[in-house]
Amino acid sequence: MDRVRQIYNDEKLLKKLQEDQNLTIEDVLENEMIINMGPQHPATHGVLRLVLRLDGETVVGIIPELGYLHRGYEKMAENMSYIEFIPHTDRLDYTGTMCNNVGYVLAVEKLAGIEAPKRAQYIRMIVAELSRIAAHLVAIGTFAMDVGAVTMVMWTFREREKVNSIFDRIAGARFTTSYTRIGGVASDIDDQSIAEIVQFLVELEPALGEMDKLMLSNRIFIDRLEGIGILPKEDAISLGVTGPNLRASGVEYDVRRAKPYLFYNEIDFKIPTFTQGDCLARYFQRGDEVKESIKILHQCLAKMPKGEVIANSPKKVLSHKTEIYSKMEELIHDFMIINFGINPPVGDTYFSVENPKGELGFYIVSNGSGQPWKLKIHSPSFCNLQAVSQLCKGAMISDVVAIIGSLDPVMGEADK
Amino acid sequence: MNTKELIIEKVKEKFGESVEEITDFRDDLCFIIKKDQIVNFGKYLKEDSDLQFIMCKDVTAIDWATRKKRFTTVYHIYSFKLNYALRLKANIDDEPPTIETVSSVWKSANWYERETWDMYGIKFLNHPDLRRIYMPEGFEHHPLKKDFPVLGIPGSLPLPHKAD
Amino acid sequence: MGLEAVLQKDGFFTTTIDAIVGWARKSSVWPMPMGISCCAIEMIAAADPKYDIARFGSEVMRFSPRQSDLMIVAGTVTYKMAQVVRRIYDQMPEPKWVIAMGACTSSGGMYRSYSVVQGIDQFLPVDVYTAGCPPRPENLLNALMTIQDKIGKTRARDFQNRSLTELEHSQN
Repeated sequence: MDRVRQIYNDEKLLKKLQEDQNLTIEDVLENEMIINMGPQHPATHGVLRLVLRLDGETVVGIIPELGYLHRGYEKMAENMSYIEFIPHTDRLDYTGTMCNNVGYVLAVEKLAGIEAPKRAQYIRMIVAELSRIAAHLVAIGTFAMDVGAVTMVMWTFREREKVNSIFDRIAGARFTTSYTRIGGVASDIDDQSIAEIVQFLVELEPALGEMDKLMLSNRIFIDRLEGIGILPKEDAISLGVTGPNLRASGVEYDVRRAKPYLFYNEIDFKIPTFTQGDCLARYFQRGDEVKESIKILHQCLAKMPKGEVIANSPKKVLSHKTEIYSKMEELIHDFMIINFGINPPVGDTYFSVENPKGELGFYIVSNGSGQPWKLKIHSPSFCNLQAVSQLCKGAMISDVVAIIGSLDPVMGEADK
Repeated sequence: MNTKELIIEKVKEKFGESVEEITDFRDDLCFIIKKDQIVNFGKYLKEDSDLQFIMCKDVTAIDWATRKKRFTTVYHIYSFKLNYALRLKANIDDEPPTIETVSSVWKSANWYERETWDMYGIKFLNHPDLRRIYMPEGFEHHPLKKDFPVLGIPGSLPLPHKAD
Repeated sequence: MGLEAVLQKDGFFTTTIDAIVGWARKSSVWPMPMGISCCAIEMIAAADPKYDIARFGSEVMRFSPRQSDLMIVAGTVTYKMAQVVRRIYDQMPEPKWVIAMGACTSSGGMYRSYSVVQGIDQFLPVDVYTAGCPPRPENLLNALMTIQDKIGKTRARDFQNRSLTELEHSQN
C-alpha cells in the first residue's frame, strides 16, 4: 500500500480501494456497465478517451474526453512572432503537414496584405495536394487495420514512403517540413523532383486499383461498414462536421470551390459526394479524393510558370541571403523583421483552407506589433469529434471502433 | 445589390438599435452587438429565409487585458445559401464575465463554448454541460487569460513520483 | 545442419547462462508503442516495408503492456497524460526498458508551455534518448540496436540476492 501511495497522489482512488467491496452477482447482471476505452488503446486514433455506458454489448451513451495532448499552442503563439510559429503549425495535423503550413501562411499574408509570386502559389498547390494524398493514405490504411485488414496499412505506407522521399528532396525533412514562408516558399523545386513526382503518380494509379480489388471483394469488410454510423445531412450541418465526413453525407461544400484560394479556380476537378452518410461512404469518399488529387497534380505540373519563389518586399518579407550579405537596406530590414517581427495593421481576419481532415481556419487578431494578440485555430478534428456521441448511440462496441476510424480524428489538432 | 449590402440592410431594419458597430476589415463583415441580444440575433439570422446562417463554425473570445470591457466573444457563422461567412462580436463588461449561450440556436456551439469557458473563464448561462474540456478537472486557473504566465504555475498540475 | 556440423564430439558446447539468456532477450525485444503524437507516425513508418523493424526481432508491436518488454514513448507527454504513461509502465513485467523517442520526450522539445512535461525522465527511468523532431526511422532502429547491446550485457548477478524494491535500481 505504501508504494501505491508514493506513486499516485490520488486520495479519491485510495479511499475507494479501502472501502468495503461487497459485490453480488445481481449487481453485475442487472445493471449497466461503464467501461473506459482509455487514452492508450490501439484503435483510438491517438490519445482519445471514451467513456461508454453499455447494456450488454450495445452502447447506450458515450462521452469523449479530450485534452491528453493539449500543448498550449494558442498561448505560445501570443509570445512568438509570426515567422517563429510556422514550425508549430506542422504539428497540428501531423499526417498531412504541408497543408497546415500553407493555410497559416495564407492567413498571415491576408492580414498583412502581401501577395506571393505565381510560381510560389503553384508550388504550394503541388505540395498541398501531395500532402492530401499522403494523409488520406494513412487514414485508409489505419481504418482498414482497425477493422481487421492488416495488409492495407503496409501497402498504403509503402506508397506514402515515396511521398516522404519527395518531400525530403524538396524541403529537407520527411514530414514536418515547415516549407512555406510568409511571401512564398523557402526554396525552389528542381527538375529531378518534378520527375520523381510524375513517376510517383504513374505508380500510384495501379496501386490504388490493387487496393480496391483487395478490399471491395471482401464480404466481411463491406458487412462491417455498411449502414453503420449514419449521419444525416441536417445533423451534419448542425453539429458542425466538416471535410470528407460532410461531403459523404450529401452536402457539397469544399473550400477550394466555395472560396477559392491559390489558383484552384483555374484547375478543373470534381467534388465527389455521397448521400448515404455511413462508414462505407466515408471510406469511398477518401479514395475518390485521392483520385481527384492526382488529376489536380497533373494539371498543376503542366501549368506551373517559371519565376521567383519569394515576394520582393524587403520590409515585410525576408529577402534572399545573398542580398542580405551584400546590401545595407536588406540587412537592416532583416534585423528588424527577425527581432521585432513584421508589423501588420491593427485588425482581425479569418482565413480557412481545405485540409485533408476538413476545414482548417486561422483567426488572427493583431494589435500592430510583431506578435499576434490572439491566434485561434479552428481545427476540423475537434468539430468532427462532436458528432461521436450521436453516431455511436445504439451501436455495438466493435462499431465504435469503425465509426471513430471513419471520422478520422487526429488528436494533435483536436487538442491543439 | 450584393450580399454584404443585403445582410446589412436586413439586420439594420430588424435590430437597428442593438448594433453598436459594423466593421469591414480586409473584406470580412463583422457586427458588434449588445450582449443581451445575442440569442435573438442568432435566431433571426438562422431562421430568416433569405439569409439562412445555419452553420456555426466557431465561438471564441478575446481578452483585451486593460480595456474596461475586458472580454469580447466572437462567433463565426456561415450560410450555404448565400455562400457567405459572417462574424459577430459581443463585448462583456461584468465581473465575473457571463453571457447567454447560443447552443439552443446552433448545436455545434456546445463544445466551442466549453472550450471558451476552459480557456477564458467566461460562464455561459443555461449551457447544458459546462465543464472543462482541455485542462484536467481540478485545475483552478484559466490559461489563455493575459495574467496567466505561458510557462505555467509550478505545482498547479500533479506529476507522478519517480520510483527511487 | 549448420550448428551441428560445427560442434565437436557429441554436440556439447559450454557457455554461461548470462550469454544465452542475454542473446535470447536481445534478439526478440517486443516493443509496446506508446504512440501519442507525430513521432507515432514515424514509429509506424519504422514498421513498414521500407524500414522493417521486424528484421531486428521486434516482429509484433504488442499494444498490451503485460506482453512486452520495451516501451517506446513517442510523442509529447502532457501532465494529464503523464499519469497514464506511468500507470502503463508499472503494469509491464520485469525486466523492462524505455526508449524516449524524439525531442518532446527527452526535454519537452519545442513546447515550453504550461501543460507539457519537460522530459519524461522526471517520472520514468529512461534507457536511451533519441534526438530528432521526429527522428528518422533509421534513428529509431539505431536506438533499438543500442538497447540490444545494453540487454546483451546484463548479468545474472544484477538480479541475484536482492530484495524486491532494489530491483528497480538494476534497470538503470
